[in-house]
Amino acid sequence: MSNIFGKSLTSWAFRRSQEAKPKNGIRGRLNIWAWFILLIGIVYFFLPLIATFEFSLRMVKDRYTFEAYRVAFTDPKFFLNFGYSVLWALLTIFFSTLLVVPTAYWVHWKLPKARPFVEFVTLMPFVVPAVVLTFGLIRLYGRPPIVLLGSPILLIAGYIVLSLPYMFRAVDTGLRAIDVRTLTEAALSLGAGWGTILTQVIFPNLRVAILSGVFLTFAIVMGEFTFASLLAWPAFGPYMEEIGSMRAYTPQALSVVSFLLTWASIGLLQWIGRGRGQEQVAGAH
Amino acid sequence: MNWSWVGVAPFFAFAIVFLFLPSLSIFYRSFQANDGTFTFDNIIALFTTRDIINAYKTSLQISLITAAGGAMFGFLLAYAVVLGGLPRGIRTFMTTFSGVASNFAGVPLAFAFIATMGNAGLVTRWIESIFNISTREMGFSIYNMWGLSIVYMYFQFPLMVLIIAPALDGLRREWREACENLGGTSYHYWRYVAIPILLPSLLGTMILLFGNSFGAYATAYAFSGSFINLVTVLIGAQIQGDVLYNPGLGNALALGMIVIMALSMTGYIWMQKRVARWIQ
Repeated sequence: MSNIFGKSLTSWAFRRSQEAKPKNGIRGRLNIWAWFILLIGIVYFFLPLIATFEFSLRMVKDRYTFEAYRVAFTDPKFFLNFGYSVLWALLTIFFSTLLVVPTAYWVHWKLPKARPFVEFVTLMPFVVPAVVLTFGLIRLYGRPPIVLLGSPILLIAGYIVLSLPYMFRAVDTGLRAIDVRTLTEAALSLGAGWGTILTQVIFPNLRVAILSGVFLTFAIVMGEFTFASLLAWPAFGPYMEEIGSMRAYTPQALSVVSFLLTWASIGLLQWIGRGRGQEQVAGAH
Repeated sequence: MNWSWVGVAPFFAFAIVFLFLPSLSIFYRSFQANDGTFTFDNIIALFTTRDIINAYKTSLQISLITAAGGAMFGFLLAYAVVLGGLPRGIRTFMTTFSGVASNFAGVPLAFAFIATMGNAGLVTRWIESIFNISTREMGFSIYNMWGLSIVYMYFQFPLMVLIIAPALDGLRREWREACENLGGTSYHYWRYVAIPILLPSLLGTMILLFGNSFGAYATAYAFSGSFINLVTVLIGAQIQGDVLYNPGLGNALALGMIVIMALSMTGYIWMQKRVARWIQ
């Protein structure tokens, strides 16, 4: 029994490589079903995208043109809001990295005991949805003694919370792959301080891991609607919603832009993280 | 005093200020009357106010429908891609695309489906030209619970594919062969081997999908404004202006949401622990 169930990575990898070959009649029948399910999946994936693109081309009657894109891109408010979203994304990435990397490093090096607590915190965005967190933040920091409502602190804090699961997972996976103890002890014995260790040793070794967290955070913040809209800050998400209630065709052009942005971010992420075990939980809906 | 905790202090300070205190204040104010005294009235009102009951009902319905539907279709798709004998490249493509689709939500997703099956959408026009009918005159509308469920499915089933594919990888060929050597049929394999092993993964992911849809706000809001009365939409309206005319009740509404989400997250983590027994 223990032979069958005992985990052996090599036999598992070998089995994986054998998997794809159809063997007998059952496999053949399965194959037709597999193609059929795949077909439905592809239709579900692509039909809305094709429909959105087609819709965005129909601004001029009886003709396909890029007029909706011209209208979208000549609106100065588009660049303003898009710029704001980029700014929010960069601020979020900066502070989230600053918060997560030292913490994850410390958990690996000194304090494995703290891991369950840190993991618990990073899962909180799935327990307290964005709209509920906004509600709590506004009620708590919207009136004295502490008023933070007028500054973008609450917005960035909310985005950092959203980014925590992805950032922590990415950095945690990265730290598993390097020998934190040896690196730290080597650096310490060479006389490096904590600042030097983090910036010269840990960050460079985690570059790929941090980048994958960064791309996902970027994709999430760029399309985010809930925090920005309810906290009344300019951003791409609320701008799209506003255009959607005012115009036809342009919103779909903006959707195509937004989709390409997500696609580029996740595509880069997968390309950077290829060959690594990488998982995700959920986005911000 | 153990000094090593200082290293994680900024992280926990952040969590306390921007996560736990706001949640705690929601909890605290749910039991507060307008004059600041302790009361259970807000909690009782949760179960007696018709708008709130309806909102919870709709949110629960949509979450259950899309969790079950997303899990079922996502499982079939993952099975087809992982074990269905399709070319290897398709799996890579499907995983990448699922990663994108599960993150493609909110406002642009709502617009995409309006362009697909809205009044002037591509599919609507196809149906109208093929069957020569007007769906609008027939009183058909997508701006209801079922329409929104179809929209949510777009990010639900890719998430299922992402999470369940590794679990399917964990099904070893030896198990199937052992079952066949013992005279078992395909039915026996599924009934006594595969399903029991996959069950915690399946249920765990379904719970995750449930929470994923229950907390969604942007997609629903952009899709139908406040036509579809979800809990999240109601909370959003309560933030923008006290639509319930009772701040305490607003807090209780948010608290109910946290409780349901916390329960589903606990269920998910519990299931994940059982998964770890067989599949690593």
